[in-house]
Amino acid sequence: MPRTVRDVVFVDGVRTPFGKAGPKGIYHETRADDLVVKSIRELLRRNPNLDPAKIDEVAIAATTQIGDQGLTLGRTAGILAGLPQSVPGYSIDRMCAGALTAVTAMAGGVAFGAYDVAVAGGVEHMGRHPMGEGVDPNPRFVSEKLVDESALFMGMTAENLHDRYPSITKQRADEYAVRSQEKAAKAYADGRIQADLVPISVRRTNEEAGETGWGLATADEPMRPGTTLENLAGLKTPFRTHGRVTAGNAAGLNDGATASLIASEEFARENGLPVKMRLVSYAFAGVEPEVMGYGPIPATEKALAKAELGIGDIGLFEVNEAFAVQVLAFLEHYGIADDDARVNQYGGAIAFGHPLASSGVRLMTQLARQFEEQPEVRYGLTTMCVGFGMGATVIWENPHHKDAGGDK
Amino acid sequence: MSTTTAELLKGAATLFPDEVVTQAHVRHLELPYGAGKFALITLDNGLDHTKPTTFGPQSLGNLNTAIDQVEAEAKAGDIVGVGLTGKPFIFAVGADLKGVELLKQHSDALAIGKGGHDVFKRLAGLAVPTFAYYNGAAMGGGVEAGLHCTYRTVSKALPAFSLPEVFLGLVPGWGGCALLPNLIGAERAVQVIIENSLNQNRQLKGKQVFELGIADALFEGADFLEQSLLWTAKVLGGDVTVERPEVDRGEAWDQAVAKGRFIADSKVHGAAPAAYRALDIIAAAKDGDLQAGFDAEDQALADLIMGGELRAGLYAFNLVQKRGKRPAGAPSKDLARPVSKVGVVGAGLMASQLALLFLRRLEVPVVLTDIDQERVDKGVGYVHAEIDKLLGKGRINQDKANRLKALVTGVLDKAEGFSDADFVIEAVFEEIGVKQQVFAEVEAVAPAHAIFATNTSSLSVTEMASKLKHPERVVGFHFFNPVAVLPLLEIVRGEQTDDASLATAFGVAKKLKKTAVLVKDAPAFVVNRILTRFMGEVQNVIDEGTPVALTEKAVEPLGLPMSPLVLLELVGPAIGLHVSETLNRAFPERFKVSPNLKAVVDAGKRGFYVYDSGAPELDPEVQALLKQGDSVLTEEQVRDRVLDAVAQEIGLMLDEGVVAEAQDIDLCLITGAGWPFHLGGITPYLDRAGVSERVTGKRFLEQGVASVPA
Repeated sequence: MPRTVRDVVFVDGVRTPFGKAGPKGIYHETRADDLVVKSIRELLRRNPNLDPAKIDEVAIAATTQIGDQGLTLGRTAGILAGLPQSVPGYSIDRMCAGALTAVTAMAGGVAFGAYDVAVAGGVEHMGRHPMGEGVDPNPRFVSEKLVDESALFMGMTAENLHDRYPSITKQRADEYAVRSQEKAAKAYADGRIQADLVPISVRRTNEEAGETGWGLATADEPMRPGTTLENLAGLKTPFRTHGRVTAGNAAGLNDGATASLIASEEFARENGLPVKMRLVSYAFAGVEPEVMGYGPIPATEKALAKAELGIGDIGLFEVNEAFAVQVLAFLEHYGIADDDARVNQYGGAIAFGHPLASSGVRLMTQLARQFEEQPEVRYGLTTMCVGFGMGATVIWENPHHKDAGGDK
Repeated sequence: MSTTTAELLKGAATLFPDEVVTQAHVRHLELPYGAGKFALITLDNGLDHTKPTTFGPQSLGNLNTAIDQVEAEAKAGDIVGVGLTGKPFIFAVGADLKGVELLKQHSDALAIGKGGHDVFKRLAGLAVPTFAYYNGAAMGGGVEAGLHCTYRTVSKALPAFSLPEVFLGLVPGWGGCALLPNLIGAERAVQVIIENSLNQNRQLKGKQVFELGIADALFEGADFLEQSLLWTAKVLGGDVTVERPEVDRGEAWDQAVAKGRFIADSKVHGAAPAAYRALDIIAAAKDGDLQAGFDAEDQALADLIMGGELRAGLYAFNLVQKRGKRPAGAPSKDLARPVSKVGVVGAGLMASQLALLFLRRLEVPVVLTDIDQERVDKGVGYVHAEIDKLLGKGRINQDKANRLKALVTGVLDKAEGFSDADFVIEAVFEEIGVKQQVFAEVEAVAPAHAIFATNTSSLSVTEMASKLKHPERVVGFHFFNPVAVLPLLEIVRGEQTDDASLATAFGVAKKLKKTAVLVKDAPAFVVNRILTRFMGEVQNVIDEGTPVALTEKAVEPLGLPMSPLVLLELVGPAIGLHVSETLNRAFPERFKVSPNLKAVVDAGKRGFYVYDSGAPELDPEVQALLKQGDSVLTEEQVRDRVLDAVAQEIGLMLDEGVVAEAQDIDLCLITGAGWPFHLGGITPYLDRAGVSERVTGKRFLEQGVASVPA
């Protein structure tokens, strides 16, 4: 049977506001699955032309698939969201690149013809499920020195990456972090972020955390607008004495969820759905686990090669800011300035937060909005580093560009 | 001198130290679309959803304090609106009834009504609009708190919404009677306040709350609060305009009230005041004067709280809710044996109904046996047909229907059917010799652990077991017709019945979702004995010469679900006669066999009445059969005779230890005969009317148990 690879598009994406993990965080008394459910429902409300019965798959990522993040979230969240029982679903885990992997898995299925349209998203409630909850690493990792002992501690891997790039100083990392906060604050002021947020009702019974009763989360809780270099200079370096990685130049521990619609371009057009981005290529790459922040570099090389594009063809970058050093290493590798205007125009995870497996779709939602505003840009990429030494990159074409869909 | 609301509530709180206190948390949030800062009040008693939020005086005081805060913020222009919602799954289920039970003074009862009004009214008087978000179960005062708000939304997932006050013996007295008809019209208000209440406290679901116009918007449960707040922002921003249909204040209003009176008459026959008081307030609310309505509510509430009908109603409610679920005297459930297969001896109508009930509730194999294949096939066929009916109504799906049908079988050979049965129930002819024979046959083939249950209504369980090798396994399991409707199951302990058998019987009863009451092996047990004494005395009065119509009318003020002779018709005169003969043998001095009843049965009549005109009229052929004496009593004399007889019988039953306490008698009458809440079954009424003391020299229940405390 002859097959044709089909064009895959990013139809739409939404996310919950991100919260700070912990007893005082906005989502401390909110279930992780409810965050996913409400995101899926908002996605459907925003796209009333989509008949929910036509959804072929629901892929939801979570790193710690226990409790309210367990029980095959893609299926259970679908039922809880009110999708028809005929819509199947499953769970995905690639740690920080969970939602990104949900998108590429759905995209692969669409391109192959297995799906017409699918939901891809992710969630991480790091307050209810702290990093490392319930893990049981094989003792061979250490006894046979398969990985360095620092590989499981993300902050240590970031310090290791500083070692690899001696030119990336703490000063540069802090400057980068301050810019991220400034850009995020501006994006909020310009209304670039709010339109893709799903308001979440939040209950609080702990008086120490603030006013009790029901409230409504409508904005990212981790943001620290007005952060200065002076603020950051004095912060502790918890992963190494005299180290460089601080709470200020890294993403925090966060709670949140995302969801997106991935479809064949034909399906989207026939069903009157928006086409916000067209998938060009994607790639994953492995690196030494103890410098996992290096991952986006080889992943991007692979993705560019598959797309037969050069780094110079990329007009917009959404690089996940797990750590400032990891973004800076990527930029340094590709010869891009620290403050290049194409990179993370709305700021990044240092400001918004990084609920691990949910973040990939946040990058895409923001890139999609930038594409809409900047039709002169033809290609953009979303990339992130992944625990245990991986990188993940997706390259997108801007459908608003005059040459979009044509030859390169 | 005026008392502040806070002082009023503080005073009330001292009367009710054990209140489960509801907090009213105020939390501020930014509404979407830049609609502004909003204060959301969450009602929460700090317990999980199995303990719903209620309003006692301290709780009202907390809400009052919360309103103080938002009132000031609204006045200062700091907030654009105020919302009211509940903890997960619960909005609020109304007044804390335990507090009501403690009230002894009319003035205290008045304070409860006034306190609620004073607090709730403030929700309508703020400088900003108020929004109630009915997120979960809402009843009584919970519903009313929302009615005082400017707008309401309701969750599609809301499982229960009602104004149950009339059902209990109150009126919706924190604004319900006055506000609801002014919001949705008198006809719909009467439906909610009167009709639903008097229909076993029927509950509305979220969608119906919206369709009735009580709520302005309906949202799904998954993100109900988020969508309610988004809607709020749109209402405040002018993007959504709430339009409500004009209330018809013309003749429709009067007709609705008249219809309400008709419903009340048909249910309580004027015997309980609550529905009528509510209707008076609804009638007066036609002019839209809410304050006058609230004042009338206060008065009605206080009068009713100090009245016996409400106290009996609360007592009855607690019996059904609590004692009905934890039967007095039942052995530890740890002793119960598992029941994974049920045998039914007999395949007649009663046996088939029992087979269906066991099948649906236990979902284990059920085997019917009878004396010939035709009867067996008919019994199985009945069960299959009933399963198909459930399937047709969408109550079960095809898979469940297949499963249930496969579980029910019929065999002629008891050895084949019962060799692995854990529980065998017989529903064969009411003849002791026949039943003894049946159990002997079953014992020969059934496993040693099997429990034998009998559905006898009048025979001795002890005698039935006496010929068995293991009489300790026999237990009485007396259902009430219609089996699918009446909740009562009298569980009869024979003299030799052991604890394990009894515990198993109670365990099965619970799975059958029946209200089980432990009863001693005494003639006709509880309900039939009392009903037979009651009807026997009615029959005596008629036989002695009082006209049928006058006799029937004499007991009308009790507000029983049906008149004695209509009940006789439902039971069947032949069965009524049979039970009276049984009781006559046991207690000839109190239970007579009426020659007139015998004549009616012998003539093959199915009842005393004909219904040619629609209403019951004495059948002329029955009239011709009656041979009455010449002693004609007044209505009052009839009533005294009948109630004295009932009181005497109950006194004797308690002396004999037929049940543990008078409470069990009442529970049986409520759940097995449908006797009304306002009578509390019957003993609260007998105490209240002075009958108990007249007949037995003492009350059945201490003052305060089902009456205003001393």
